[in-house]
Amino acid sequence: MSDTAVAPPKAKQNFRGNGGVRGWFGRQPTWVRAIVTLVALGLAILLPYAGDVPLIGPQIVTQGIDWPSSLFNMSYYVLLALGLNVVVGYAGLLDLGYVGFFAIGAYGTALLTSRDSLLYAHSGWSWLAAAPVALAITMAAGLILGWPTLRLRGDYLAIVTLGFAEIIRIVATSTPNFLRGDRGFTNIPHPPGQGADGKPIFGVTDATPYFWLGLAVIVVVILGVRNLDRSRVGRSWLAIREDEEAAEIMGVRTTRFKLWAFAIGAFIGGLGGVLFAGEQGFINSQTFVLQFSILVLAGVVMGGSGNMAGAILGGALISYIPDRLRGISDPFFHTDLYEYRFAIFGVVIIVIMVLRPQGLIPSRRRAMELKDREKEVAPL
Amino acid sequence: MNFSGLINDFGPLTVTGLAQGAIIALFALGYTLVYGVLRLINFAHSEVFLLGTYGCLIAWGWFGLDQNSKAPNFGAMLAYMALGLVVAIVASGLTALAVELVAYRPLRRRNAPPLAFLITAIGASLAISETVGVLTHRNQRGVPPIIQARTVITIGDTHITNLQILIVVLALVMMFVLDRFINGSRLGRGIRAVSQNPDSAALMGVNKSRVISLVFLLGGLMAGIAAVMYDLKIGVTKYDAGFLLGIDAFTAAVLGGIGNLRGALLGGLLLGVLQNYAAGLFGSQWLHAAAFVLLVLILLFRPTGLLGESLGRARA
Amino acid sequence: MSEPHIETPEELDRSDARPVDEPAPTGGSSPSSSATGDPDLLLEVDHVTLRFGGVVALNDVSFSLRRGEIFGLIGPNGAGKTTCFNAMTGVYQPTSGAIRFQGESLVGKKKHEITRGGIARTFQNVRLFPEMTALENVMVGADAHHKTSVLSALFRLPRFWREEKSGRERSMELLRFVGIAHRAGDVSRNLSYGEQRRLEIARALATDPTLLCLDEPAAGFNPAEKVDLLALIRRIRDTGVTVLLIEHDMRLVMGVTDRIVVLEFGKKIAEGTPAEVRDNPAVIAAYLGVPTDAA
Repeated sequence: MSDTAVAPPKAKQNFRGNGGVRGWFGRQPTWVRAIVTLVALGLAILLPYAGDVPLIGPQIVTQGIDWPSSLFNMSYYVLLALGLNVVVGYAGLLDLGYVGFFAIGAYGTALLTSRDSLLYAHSGWSWLAAAPVALAITMAAGLILGWPTLRLRGDYLAIVTLGFAEIIRIVATSTPNFLRGDRGFTNIPHPPGQGADGKPIFGVTDATPYFWLGLAVIVVVILGVRNLDRSRVGRSWLAIREDEEAAEIMGVRTTRFKLWAFAIGAFIGGLGGVLFAGEQGFINSQTFVLQFSILVLAGVVMGGSGNMAGAILGGALISYIPDRLRGISDPFFHTDLYEYRFAIFGVVIIVIMVLRPQGLIPSRRRAMELKDREKEVAPL
Repeated sequence: MNFSGLINDFGPLTVTGLAQGAIIALFALGYTLVYGVLRLINFAHSEVFLLGTYGCLIAWGWFGLDQNSKAPNFGAMLAYMALGLVVAIVASGLTALAVELVAYRPLRRRNAPPLAFLITAIGASLAISETVGVLTHRNQRGVPPIIQARTVITIGDTHITNLQILIVVLALVMMFVLDRFINGSRLGRGIRAVSQNPDSAALMGVNKSRVISLVFLLGGLMAGIAAVMYDLKIGVTKYDAGFLLGIDAFTAAVLGGIGNLRGALLGGLLLGVLQNYAAGLFGSQWLHAAAFVLLVLILLFRPTGLLGESLGRARA
Repeated sequence: MSEPHIETPEELDRSDARPVDEPAPTGGSSPSSSATGDPDLLLEVDHVTLRFGGVVALNDVSFSLRRGEIFGLIGPNGAGKTTCFNAMTGVYQPTSGAIRFQGESLVGKKKHEITRGGIARTFQNVRLFPEMTALENVMVGADAHHKTSVLSALFRLPRFWREEKSGRERSMELLRFVGIAHRAGDVSRNLSYGEQRRLEIARALATDPTLLCLDEPAAGFNPAEKVDLLALIRRIRDTGVTVLLIEHDMRLVMGVTDRIVVLEFGKKIAEGTPAEVRDNPAVIAAYLGVPTDAA
């Protein structure tokens, strides 16, 4: 019991659900919340101009950053984090191979649209036409992965999902005609649309429109996931995460809702992939390394698993931190710190998790849990 | 599919697979030991192994050995081997202890949720492997020919080299020693006690923190030996070698039943052999894919691995 | 494991206590009558045996519950009460024998199917969903009969609003019924032990059961809390729900049940009204012979 004192009292205050900004937000009437949400959204839309803000602007948008691209990267990382949060944060299914769905979304798009694809006959599909098909394929893949693995408990599930992503990567590297390995797919079309001047909105030089597209998709995903969370579906997920057997005894159809979690997570991951393919115009097997899904998982947990604000923050951070290091040279070897980005990032992850084991923005529920758990700390 | 390839090369594939599997098994012990006590996947164990592979190379470098050196005579070979093993073991063991100290202990104090441990371990893994990557400019480093692979036994078409025998024998011996240690010594009894019931073990006066450090250390020692064997067998190492083989080792641990020492041995050998068969059958690029398909199939029928989960505990 | 000796003080050896091996003259205790479909019969445990490896946890146990009664399943610690209970709620599959609920076999059914069929339960060691609020816990139970799935929730279709509203109202009503409505918005982990036990009952009731099984609901309660609990159990029965009560505390069971079955070492040793069972020498032997914290 003496160990109770080890937990710093400051942390206790921060984690309290009804204090702080989140508590304040929760107590406000609907119209205040609506205004705050709209202002936040407005600020997000204006993010491409963040560099013009005096004083803090240059700190955020440093010389080395291609800011629009950096923002677009953040947008699909945030999407992935939101999707993985459904699987890991809500349903409690530890998925280490989430990048697999991202890859399927991107490859699905490429297969349908690119001139390099086996499926290419006389003309490829447009990006917009390919997107729903690619997403359907991704969802199906989620079900295919989910079905045999439902019986597996946490850590076993982790290794099997990791294997799933590896298999997709291996297929991509080892099928020179189908997924084309290193050569990859070129000429994947961009999203449609023309500006007033007749030029396409989604071009190759400026990634800003892609960021806005990504942002729009994120908003839709947030609304959708929120609707699911606050319903029988979300309650079933939480119940499964908390005590799967008790949930089933209380009438929760565990198999069905676990599969839904997989399918929805896959869908959102696929969305990220479709966007990515549309922006890059080129993908190959090097794009989808396993470290990628581990990074996304780190983002989700670092931000605060089981909570969308946390997932968004975590997703943005894992994308932004490495970019921020560009153009800074270290004092000893004068190499660009960007080289060290993942090494530094690893240290940052450890520091954040040690200081805030529940993530940067703990979910209300988890915060309460921690408060209680501190009382139970067994003497070590 | 290339059935004739598999049948023609069945013997060599088996022997290569056993040697590969022995390394995987030693590596897998680290995952299994930590899991058995903490119920957590030590994601950073791959980097424990990685620093072992570099540790012995650096030690050999002190004596001017590199991949272009000539093979040493027998006496020097023994000395170099001993040196390499000691340095690799020290490097891996210290890394394991450092990982526990930095990524696990602070969270344990604060009673963090299990996912948090996974993430700090991932952080440690990234930090170590990427630092090695930057320092080595992401180039591979060659291994000096300390032991020249020579065929010593020939059975039909199958040639077995001295190195392959050494690897398998060393793995079996280490496994036996570890098994005796866990099941026969006082420290081992502490490990078993904590793995079975951490709370009562603490009440009975077992120092849990010390047991956890010990378990990390033991995993590190085994990984150090595996690292030297890996260097000699493969001939090169690289900053991502730990990560790639780590996936195999983790798979092997799960395959045999994570938390189960004998399971790690069985899982490692089985995985090594089957991977090589799959490589013979489908081509070497499918080696890992086959391993995972196999894992899924086995887990479908035995959801807790071949031998079940347990560390020194009777099988249920 | 042998048949209990009848060596108890003879004032306890009353004529209406009968040895188990003989079929009961009246009542639903004879499983053979089940096939005819007595509408009063709710649950029949028919010669159920359950083995774990070499251990016989339940040995040829038979009894049956009638609609609207409060039925006690008692016995010393380790007698097989919870095992029996788990077999009835689908956690274990019996090695042999049958369990029929409203004439339908439960063997081989999935847990959530059994729940939706009308059997709800609480757990001996409270198993709430600790990070969910009290209200959400109960709503999970209420969801058992809901059909809202991903599409209706995602697009907020009429079914979602209808079920969400009725589920919430019903859940609040149940929280009031068990007396913890004021904790509805609190995370269940933060509830007191007694409140958690009540919340479990509310959650089970939310699945709209015909039969409610309570597994040692009074464990860890002080006498005042036990009195409240007894009143709650009676009120539950008065709403038309049949209650199966598992207890090793004889006194508690005596005060509330209509009929009782006593298990010892996985075998049924007595069956009857509380008065009959109380005076059954075999029961007394079982309780005196195996020191427990009963009474």
